[in-house]
Amino acid sequence: MIRRKARVLPGLTLSLGVSVFYLSLIVLLPAATLVMQFMQITWEQMVFYITDPRLLASLRVTFLAAGLTSLFNALLGLLLAWILVRYRFPGRKLVDTLIDLPFALPTAVAGLTLSALFAQNGWVGRWLVPLDINVSYTFLGIIVAMVFTSMPFVVRTLQPVLEDLSPEYEEAAESLGASTWQVFFRVILPHIRPALLIGTTLAFVRSLGEFGAVIFIAGNMPYETEVASLMIFTYIGEYNYSAAATVAMLMLVISLLLLLFVQVMQNRYSERYHSD
Amino acid sequence: MMQPYIPRVPDRAGKWLIALGFFFVFLLLILPLLLIVFAAFSGGWALFSSNLLDTDMLAAIRLTLLVAVLTVPVNLIFGILIAWCVTKFHFVGRKLLIVLIDTPYAISPVVAGLCYLLLYGSQSWLGGWLDSHGIQLIFAWPGIVLVTIFVTSPYVARELIPLMEVQGTDGEEMAVLLGAGGWSIFWRIVLPNIKWALLYGTVLTTARAVGEFGSVAVVSGSIRGQTNTLPLHVQLLHQDYNSIGAFTASLLLASFAMLTLILKTIFEYRQGKKLAASRD
Repeated sequence: MIRRKARVLPGLTLSLGVSVFYLSLIVLLPAATLVMQFMQITWEQMVFYITDPRLLASLRVTFLAAGLTSLFNALLGLLLAWILVRYRFPGRKLVDTLIDLPFALPTAVAGLTLSALFAQNGWVGRWLVPLDINVSYTFLGIIVAMVFTSMPFVVRTLQPVLEDLSPEYEEAAESLGASTWQVFFRVILPHIRPALLIGTTLAFVRSLGEFGAVIFIAGNMPYETEVASLMIFTYIGEYNYSAAATVAMLMLVISLLLLLFVQVMQNRYSERYHSD
Repeated sequence: MMQPYIPRVPDRAGKWLIALGFFFVFLLLILPLLLIVFAAFSGGWALFSSNLLDTDMLAAIRLTLLVAVLTVPVNLIFGILIAWCVTKFHFVGRKLLIVLIDTPYAISPVVAGLCYLLLYGSQSWLGGWLDSHGIQLIFAWPGIVLVTIFVTSPYVARELIPLMEVQGTDGEEMAVLLGAGGWSIFWRIVLPNIKWALLYGTVLTTARAVGEFGSVAVVSGSIRGQTNTLPLHVQLLHQDYNSIGAFTASLLLASFAMLTLILKTIFEYRQGKKLAASRD
C-alpha cells in the first residue's frame, strides 16, 4: 500500500475541471450523439442495412485491403526501421525525416498524386501498365493509398525498441554458433514482436478508416473498389443517416477494440520492460 | 540502462537492405513530391500564377487559414492543461481521461464528420434550436472549425504527455516550496522544459488542421468560394478536370507539409539536447 502523498502543486482542480469539460464537449458529446442515433434504429432496419450486398462488398474490400496493407507495412516498416537504426549511410537523416511525410501531407494530396503517379501515362504507371499491372482505379490502388498513409506507424514504433536492443545479445548468440537467421528469429524477433504487433495494428486501424487518399485512386466502383468510409459518405449524401450511423458504429467499435488491444499490449510490454 | 545501439558502416547484406529501403522511399515518398512540383508547373509559370490567383483558390486559402488560426490556439491551451493534469497528478479516472484524449485517433474522419453532423445538423434538436436563432454551424465555416478541433485535439497533449511524465514534478515542487505562484511556475519551470515539444505539437496540429479532408468534406457542403477549404478545393479542381489547378493547390499543401517536417527535425533535436542536458 502506497501512502498518499500530499498534493503540493497547484492547478489540479482548474486543469482537471477544464480538461473534463473540454473533452466532454469536443469528444464525448458528438460520439454520444452517434450512439443515440444508432440506438433509435430498429433491429429489422439494422439487419436490412447490414445485409445490403453493396455494403458487404465494401466491407470485404476494406478489410482485405487494410489487412494486406498492414502485412506489407509490417515488412516495409521493419526494413526501414532496421536500416535507420543499424547502419550509417549517406541520406540517413533525410530518410528518417521523410518517413513522417504521410502524417504531414494532406490525404487528398496523397491520393491525387499517387493516382497520377500510377495512372496509365504516369511516371510509374507507364512501366507497370504494359506488364498488365493496373494500380490506379483498381483494388491495388486502394492498397497503395493505404500503404502510403499508414507507413510511419510500424517504423516509428519499432525504432526505439531496436535502438534498445543491445548488440551483446546478438554477439552472444553468434559466439554460441547461431546463424544469421537464427539470431534474427530467436533473438531479435522475440524482442521486437510486441512493438511490431502494436505498429501493425495502428496501421490497420488507420487503413480501415482511410478516406481522402483512397477515394482519389480507387475508382470507387460499387461492389469492387468501394471502401466502407465511402459508403458512409454516400449514405450521408442521401440523407440516410440511419444507415450511415449503423456502418459508422460498426467501424467505430472495431477500431476502439483494436486500440484497446494496443493499450493492453503497451501496458504489459512496459511492465516487462521496466522489470528487467 | 544498457547502451543504445550505435549505427555501423553497413556490410554487404546491409548495403542490399539499404538499397531496398531507398527504393521504396524513392517510389512512395520522393517521387510523389517531385510529381507535385512538376505537375503544378507543367503548364508554365503564367498558368501556375493564374491558378494561384483564381478567386475560388484565394477563398479556399483564406478559409483554410481561418480554420487553422481558430483551431490551433484552442487545442494548444487545452492540450497543455490536459497534459498538466494527467502527468503531474494522480487521481481516480486518470487512465480513462488518457483514453478519451486518444479517442479521435480511433475515429475515422468520415465518422467524425457524421458525429458532428448528427449533433449540430438542422435535423437534430440542438441544430434546430440554433437554426431558429439564425445560427448555422453545419454547411458553414463554424462546423468546419468544430470538426477540425475534434480531429486535431490529441496532438499537443500527445506530444507533451510522455515528455512531462519523464520530467516528473521535482522542479515544480521545489518552486512551490520557494514560494512561487501558479503563473510563475508555468512560465519559469514548465514552459522552458516543454518548449520544443510544445512547438512541435503546435506545428503538427497546424499541419493536420490545414490538411483535414474526410471530416470537413462531411460538414462543409463544399460550397465553391464559401465553405471550400484547400484540400476540398483539390478534389473540386480534380473533378473539374483541371489537373494543373489541383496540383497547384496540392503544391501549397505539400510545401506546408515539408515545412512541418523540417521544423519537426529542428525541434526534436533541440528537445533531445535539452533532455540529455537535464539528465547529466
